[in-house]
Amino acid sequence: MPPLIEARGIHTHYGASHVLHGIDFVLHAGETLGLMGRNGMGKTTLLKSLLGLLPLTAGSVRVKGADLTGAAPHRVARAGIAYVPEGRGIFPNLTVRENLVMAARPAAAGQASWTLDRVLFTFPRLAERMTHDGGNLSGGEQQMLTIGRALMTNPDALILDEATEGLAPLVARDIWRIIGEIRATGMATVIVDKNFSAVSSIADRAMILVKGAVVYDGSSAELREDKALHMRYLGV
Amino acid sequence: MAARQGRLGSQVDIPSFFIQILNSIQYGLLLFLCASGLTLVFGIMGVINLAHGSLYMIGAYLAFSLSEHLGSLWLALPVGVVLAVVFGAVLEWLLIERLYKREHLHQVLLTYGLILVFEELRSVIWGDDVHGVSMPPLLAASIALTDTLSYPVYRLWMSGVCLVLALLMAWVLLRTRLGMIIRAGSVNSEMVQSLGINIGVIHRIVFAAGVGLAAFAGMLAAPVSSVFPGMGNQVLIICFVVVVIGGIGSLKGALVGAILIGVVDTFGKVLTLEIAGVKILPELAGMSIYLLMAVILIWRPEGIFGKVRS
Ligand SMILES: Nc1ncnc2c1ncn2[C@@H]1O[C@H](COP(=O)(O)OP(=O)(O)OP(=O)(O)O)[C@@H](O)[C@H]1O
Ligand SMILES: [Mg+2]
Repeated sequence: MPPLIEARGIHTHYGASHVLHGIDFVLHAGETLGLMGRNGMGKTTLLKSLLGLLPLTAGSVRVKGADLTGAAPHRVARAGIAYVPEGRGIFPNLTVRENLVMAARPAAAGQASWTLDRVLFTFPRLAERMTHDGGNLSGGEQQMLTIGRALMTNPDALILDEATEGLAPLVARDIWRIIGEIRATGMATVIVDKNFSAVSSIADRAMILVKGAVVYDGSSAELREDKALHMRYLGV
Repeated sequence: MAARQGRLGSQVDIPSFFIQILNSIQYGLLLFLCASGLTLVFGIMGVINLAHGSLYMIGAYLAFSLSEHLGSLWLALPVGVVLAVVFGAVLEWLLIERLYKREHLHQVLLTYGLILVFEELRSVIWGDDVHGVSMPPLLAASIALTDTLSYPVYRLWMSGVCLVLALLMAWVLLRTRLGMIIRAGSVNSEMVQSLGINIGVIHRIVFAAGVGLAAFAGMLAAPVSSVFPGMGNQVLIICFVVVVIGGIGSLKGALVGAILIGVVDTFGKVLTLEIAGVKILPELAGMSIYLLMAVILIWRPEGIFGKVRS
């Protein structure tokens, strides 16, 4: 079986500035990948390049073997990749219910599907807020809404960019618990987060970016042990 | 837009006041139908479509041709709407789609060019004469209000149809999944795409629906106004006033703005007749809606239901 996502030799520019320098990226079914790197090293840029949200200047992206290089973002999403962006991207003018319902897509055959009920069971806070506008939720609730909305598309992989950013520690812990639950269902996840110990303990594999290039791609457990390595690249 | 009853006197008695109210509402609802497409296309895709009025004109000419060929307005209306929607979709695919990421200057240039093209095509296809469209016999009657005053059934029917369409639009936008997606797309189209929705299709639907509504408004109005060259430009300006008063992108605003314009324009004309007797500012009639716009914009620069831009 081909990997869920397989990208080769990705180069991405913002205008004249060359941000990604030939990145190879692979995500296998059911795998949890921690994507790490200091501020501005290109994590978000890489995710957006994979998702069709930024044009590639070179390289290729395949999803489940199908060539989606340069494809529109909706085609990547329909191939089974869901995205929880940095800054959340909820629709503030839609109610919680509408935010969830508008995204609903049936699961592929044989998959236990994420329905509105199941999402609300996972996020009881959202169930209490169904008729509120997305814009009126707290930061933690908005984050739950974005994750819940992504699950409503019944993806094979969930990409989380800074899902706990700006949240109170207690709320962040709740989000980590939920990410753990999602992981346990067998869904592949890509996690970008500032909290090194939380990411590295949940991830099977870790990938570190420095200035738009991969400097580490390997076992997350080994990275945790190798203090010198993560001090050097992550400063933690 | 629509020719108003000419025989009303300057005295404000109850029946003629009632007639003016009905006229205001009818004119307002028709304006709403036309302005709704303009405000939605601006609010959702960010495109200023100067050719929107031309689509109203095309609707009126379609009503003229189709009701001659098909024998009645009843057949002309549905056929015309289908043609207009298809035309709108093709236009979006061919040209408008290219404007979404462009600056307003480019949008204004292209859509102004479209006005010229549509006006020329109109001249080639239909000539430059003024035409009339006959009402369906079923609606050609009038309802007597007093011994001397009556109200045409066609205008009542028009108001009813516009009202039903307004409710239908509200229902689609507020209650259906398509409506949710459209509203979501107006704030963050990239996120909508990342949820697996082809935003290009959504934009095409919105644009084509806007064209359909403008053309339908022109078709409805054809029997009470007449069908004439340049009729779209007049409507375009008033529609812009409606959109600005109501708040750009707001359907509710377009409805309120359109009814306000309907009332001010209708009563502006009647009252001027009165004042004209004393010869005070007879020019006020033509200016009344612009005065209204100025007052509203001083009070709320973003329009009645507009969002404050940060
Ligand atoms: N829209 C943009 N235009 C120009 N340069 C950009 C843009 N977005 C990001 N960059 C630059 O590209 C580089 C990578 O940014 P990116 O956002 O991918 O980093 P990141 O690893 O996600 O950082 P963070 O941890 O802060 O989210 C940075 O140097 C940044 O300044
Ligand atoms: Mg980032």
